[in-house]
Amino acid sequence: MADTTAAVPWNPRRSAPGALARLLDNKAFLVFLCLLPAVGLLLVFLTYPLGLGIWLAFTDTHIGRGGEFVGLENFESLWYDQVFWNAVFYTVFYTLVATVLKFGLGLWLALLLNENVPFKSLIRAIILMPWIVPTVLSAIAFWWMFDAQFSIISYVLVDVLGWRDSYIDFLGTPWHARWSLVFANVWRGIPFVAISLLAGLQTISPSLYEAALLDGASSWQRFTKITAPLLMPILSVVLTFSVLFTFTDFQLVYAITRGGPINSTHLMATLAFQRGIPGGQLGEGAAIAVSMIPFLVLATLFSYFALSRRKWQQGGNDE
Amino acid sequence: MASVEIRGVRKNFGATPILHGVDLNIADGEFCVLVGPSGCGKSTLLRMIAGLENISGGEIVIGGRVVNNVPPKDRDIAMVFQNYALYPHMTVRENMAFSLRLAKAPKEVMEAETARASRILGLDPLLDRYPRQLSGGQRQRVAMGRAIVRHPQVFLFDEPLSNLDAKLRVQMRGEIKDLHQRLRTTTVYVTHDQIEAMTMADKIVVMQGGRVEQIGTPLELYDRPANLFVAGFIGSPAMNFLPGQISDGGFRPDGIDGATSLPLPARAEAGQPVVYGIRPEHLRLDENGIPVIVQLVEPTGSETMVTARLGDSTLVGAFRERVTARVGDTLRIMPDPGLAHLFNKGTGTRLGA
Repeated sequence: MADTTAAVPWNPRRSAPGALARLLDNKAFLVFLCLLPAVGLLLVFLTYPLGLGIWLAFTDTHIGRGGEFVGLENFESLWYDQVFWNAVFYTVFYTLVATVLKFGLGLWLALLLNENVPFKSLIRAIILMPWIVPTVLSAIAFWWMFDAQFSIISYVLVDVLGWRDSYIDFLGTPWHARWSLVFANVWRGIPFVAISLLAGLQTISPSLYEAALLDGASSWQRFTKITAPLLMPILSVVLTFSVLFTFTDFQLVYAITRGGPINSTHLMATLAFQRGIPGGQLGEGAAIAVSMIPFLVLATLFSYFALSRRKWQQGGNDE
Repeated sequence: MASVEIRGVRKNFGATPILHGVDLNIADGEFCVLVGPSGCGKSTLLRMIAGLENISGGEIVIGGRVVNNVPPKDRDIAMVFQNYALYPHMTVRENMAFSLRLAKAPKEVMEAETARASRILGLDPLLDRYPRQLSGGQRQRVAMGRAIVRHPQVFLFDEPLSNLDAKLRVQMRGEIKDLHQRLRTTTVYVTHDQIEAMTMADKIVVMQGGRVEQIGTPLELYDRPANLFVAGFIGSPAMNFLPGQISDGGFRPDGIDGATSLPLPARAEAGQPVVYGIRPEHLRLDENGIPVIVQLVEPTGSETMVTARLGDSTLVGAFRERVTARVGDTLRIMPDPGLAHLFNKGTGTRLGA
């Protein structure tokens, strides 16, 4: 036809590849090159500090003075240290109570948000607020709310509602302080749990609920027989992360109570810092930090088994 | 088993009407297919029968009982969903027994019913598998098994075959029909595929835009479509439509000079604007026929499909004989007057008997 013309002769020039091009064609070299940044970061910022921390735990290093290897001496002294055991107790208590509350309330919020409530996206944004506020800022806000004289909670209870005669000394007595910190942690941790679980809930097909409805399931049965088992995989992941974050918490406690009163609210992380940096006993601080490792390994093991695919998730292709 | 009556049923989503008053009677044991394009309201109607959508107006009666305010689980129906909605964390056996377990049925009953359903559907080797480990057709069968164990009065199917590939779809079509022959349970089946409707139904309900266009047996709809929509929707390849005029006792298509005239299937007043409908399979090659210009020839082996121009319109013909014409050739064809249809151009309704 008219618009069909002969192809213009053109020979693309093929030059021999340079030395660099040939090197980059080498798969082993390319793999090494691509992995280098990640491995380098891990070595410098993870492996080295961890190794150094563990090494320090077996020395009597002080700030400004190199230490010597002392074997298990630091751990021996911790074994007879009431403050340390107090911190272990409070860390476990803090983690357990806060996690249970975060999950109870977070799941409840997620279920509410999964229904068709008006202004859903606005509510979701509001729920995320505690999470996006810097921890130290919210800690300071809580500090004010828990203040012995200016607490808004005391003000409401005493002056507005008249339910109490005296102001509550939230941070002045050990158990008040412990519960107050748990409360602050729960407030901060709920968004993570609620939003993660909401994401999990939204992956459950609505037609499953309709099928269950036709099969005669009550709303409680739909929750226990459909929602709960299908939410389990993501729940266990979120649970693991939440436990790890809570167990290693530092900012909230250090900003609100610094471990007081009378060391009653020290977490292992805050105690390690207290002993190691302001106290100068780097070796002992490191030993406290190293003592957290068994607990964290336990939690990681739990996550390993919880993360492994359940039997019903295996086989077939994902659709 | 039971009949289903739908009396003036309406549905609004907010201010938007979805169903504008649907009337339909489905006899006991009948296989009724609701068919129509996307958004015609067929699935909504099915979900209203199931009780998954509330009813804005009118009544739905199952087995002589008005079920407007009866919760889904008490309507004695079972539904097969488009995505099957199998519980992923339960085995095939548990999926099928779930409704019985919720009803606290005795263990023997649960086992007997599951065994019966799995025997009917050939699921015995799969009972301990999870849904993920099944193929599409197997999942489909489990979904039906879950419906069977309950001995419902009515089966509801919501586009159950649309997630399957073409070959499996044909096979499952046969299986569903076979299941209906054996159990004789009243069935309401929703699909957008007119071939499914034609092959499976005792009664077809063609819907469009929230209204029922026509109700009838498959062949009634094929032979005597009530309007242009049904005529174009039922049958594949689709019916040819030629707009034109009636003159001198014949049909004269628009955009043609000369004396080209097609024989009339029905009496119509001269000068009336009409649409002439003829199915591709009702056109034949005829030396005295009207000339058309070939645009496309598609041999399928058993027959040859020819797309051709006639005036302003395009015609498709399906011929059993081998057609040797090439693009641009003139072909002479003649419609079978007894099998042609005339429609009012303005309203789209059928003219004549």
